[in-house]
Amino acid sequence: MKTLRIALLLATGLVAGPAMAADASKEITVWVDATRQPAVEVFQKAHPEIKVNMVVDDGSSGASGTFQTKIGLADQAGEGWPDVVFSTQNNDAAWAAKETNGVQAFAAALNKDILDQSFLDGFTPGALDPVTIDGNVYGLRNDLAPVLFWYNKPLLDQFGYDIPKTWEDYQALGDKLAKDHPGYFLGSIGDAFEGPYIYYWSGQAPIFQVKGDEFVSNVDDPNAAKVTALLDHMLKNGTVTQESVFSAPFAAKADHLVAIPGPAWYSGAIFQNPSSVNAKPGTWGAAPPLYWEKGDKVTGNVGGGVWYASSHTQNPDAVKTFLEFVITNDETAGTGGLPAYQAAAAKWLDKQASAGFYVGDFKNAVSTAASTVWDGWAYPNFSPETAWAKVITPALAAGKSISDVAADWQKEMQNEAQVVGYTVN
Amino acid sequence: MTTNPEIPARPARGGRSPGRTGHAEAAQSRVAWLFVGPYTLFLLAFGLLPLIYTIFLAFTKRGAFAGITNFVKVFKDYRFLPAVEHVGLYLAVWLVSLVVLVVLLAVIVHAIGVRWLSTTVRFLFYIPGAVAGASSVMLWLFVLDPTVSPVAFILHGLGLNSFVEAVQADRLPVVLAVIAFWTGAGGWIVVMYGALNNISREVIEAARIDGAGPIRIAWSIQIPLLRKWISYMVILSFAGGTQLFVEPRVLAQASRGVVSQDYSLNQLAFLYAFKQSDFNGSAAISLMLLLVALVLSVAFVFRGGLFERT
Repeated sequence: MKTLRIALLLATGLVAGPAMAADASKEITVWVDATRQPAVEVFQKAHPEIKVNMVVDDGSSGASGTFQTKIGLADQAGEGWPDVVFSTQNNDAAWAAKETNGVQAFAAALNKDILDQSFLDGFTPGALDPVTIDGNVYGLRNDLAPVLFWYNKPLLDQFGYDIPKTWEDYQALGDKLAKDHPGYFLGSIGDAFEGPYIYYWSGQAPIFQVKGDEFVSNVDDPNAAKVTALLDHMLKNGTVTQESVFSAPFAAKADHLVAIPGPAWYSGAIFQNPSSVNAKPGTWGAAPPLYWEKGDKVTGNVGGGVWYASSHTQNPDAVKTFLEFVITNDETAGTGGLPAYQAAAAKWLDKQASAGFYVGDFKNAVSTAASTVWDGWAYPNFSPETAWAKVITPALAAGKSISDVAADWQKEMQNEAQVVGYTVN
Repeated sequence: MTTNPEIPARPARGGRSPGRTGHAEAAQSRVAWLFVGPYTLFLLAFGLLPLIYTIFLAFTKRGAFAGITNFVKVFKDYRFLPAVEHVGLYLAVWLVSLVVLVVLLAVIVHAIGVRWLSTTVRFLFYIPGAVAGASSVMLWLFVLDPTVSPVAFILHGLGLNSFVEAVQADRLPVVLAVIAFWTGAGGWIVVMYGALNNISREVIEAARIDGAGPIRIAWSIQIPLLRKWISYMVILSFAGGTQLFVEPRVLAQASRGVVSQDYSLNQLAFLYAFKQSDFNGSAAISLMLLLVALVLSVAFVFRGGLFERT
């Protein structure tokens, strides 16, 4: 059957490149970040017949570009491609699905070459949008990362506050907190991802859009201006901090964190992480995402990594087995976050609910968020994070406000867009 | 890095038979080939051949001759001139401090009469040089972060309360120069010390008898005689400095992008090659760097009298 399938593919000319001579006994090379390492180890135990060469890197976190750099080197060398790659970014398809300098596109079109459509149909609707180009699927989302509103129930009760529903409520809560309980806080923009993805994307700010070949960013749009004003206001009264959520100073004052808008993966990365917030069961909960009073009920998204298969692989069967395993297996799906595969997501949500770790209607909050990610955000071959880190972070550290440098930020994003080939008006 | 191939002293001729001399010279020439051979091979493999490939890449696009379009493209890139400025500032801060401090410290150490103290001080200067490139930057990441730094009080004293503040763009030339000085200066101090040892005692004694103090001796005798060595240090440091890459690259990773990924020219070349898959543009940047380094090196070689025999 396998030979037949490959023979058919070869016959119909669907297999790109010379390297696709299939060899089911060949070792597969898998690049993952440290967080995904255990998932690969689980697979190795379950499938000892498949030889896996695991290489751990940074998963391109913070838009470091590791994935593209290493593939660029392999392309230049004409060898050394991995079979499977995990990336924490979800905009890699923008380059990985394209031929570069005469070398075939790295990412395999999974729907054509490797996986069955019935398997792909099992993903949460919309989950594969960032990795779908011209109708072909070039990657598999590991987890969904919609932005929720996380809150500390005992602290809200103690201070007598309600859970905010809108961004306006959120800012008002910040004012009360700053006045009555200084030192307590409601969020962070200490990393490069929080500003763009959690606040601007959720706030429906059209600052990172692609229309055809054109990149569009408008920090003067009313929604963008509202987000900027909100952040500047809350930075000033100290209820939004400049400490990275992964830093020691943040962990040190985590007992003063009252609530925070953030992606689903904060669950494992922040709340159930012993070196971060380290929440006690029954203290933290997740509420549906915040929205503007007069706006749509939408939210943002922060990554949610992607698995890619190589178009150069010589062992597509092993790659298929591997991908299907990590995406659907109870232990590996979502790697701690909300799995992108529906069946796995349902199990994960039930497990979270039955464990009773989170207060409130966790399942409803997550489901609501997962189905309302605003689609006005693009996935071009660069990230808003680099411009944020280069322009906004240093400006804030120097005592300026976001509105002081918002225009520079927009300019930097536009410049970056032009460099990678988009037009800008 | 600090080796200086000395020309082997010619053997004394007097009283030896012509045959023996010829034999010795033949042996020496074999040894010379042995020394020069591997170097030449490496120079070809990792210096000249890549250079030829770079020239080919810089003037072509997809294999076809492209004139200077790659250079024009790079020059028009919004990141190019800031990167030139960054590298220029860094070089200015670093080279000036290198020359002044290395010469000063070498003269001071040389003046220390107590043998064990002098040896210890030289050893201490040299130690940081043993920590290689990227790992020394890792070490500095901790030094520069006020929350974990062992010298946090100094950082706080300078008004720096977070890592982001410590690596702000306008402070980077100084920060990078300090890192480079810390790793590289020790080796040069030892080299200068050796050079100072070469100055004949009679000259110094004569100056002393004429009433020159230590400062006068340093200024009028030692430093002029160090001229070649200083030129040599500046050439190598300049060539290394223009290729600034590891330090800002690691800082960029560690600061999550506050130190931008396109800070230096070599980083820009790297982004061209591996972010934009434009090896031709990348080669154009490298070639411009080479040209600048070459011109300035030639100037220093002749102004510094490196090829003069004394």
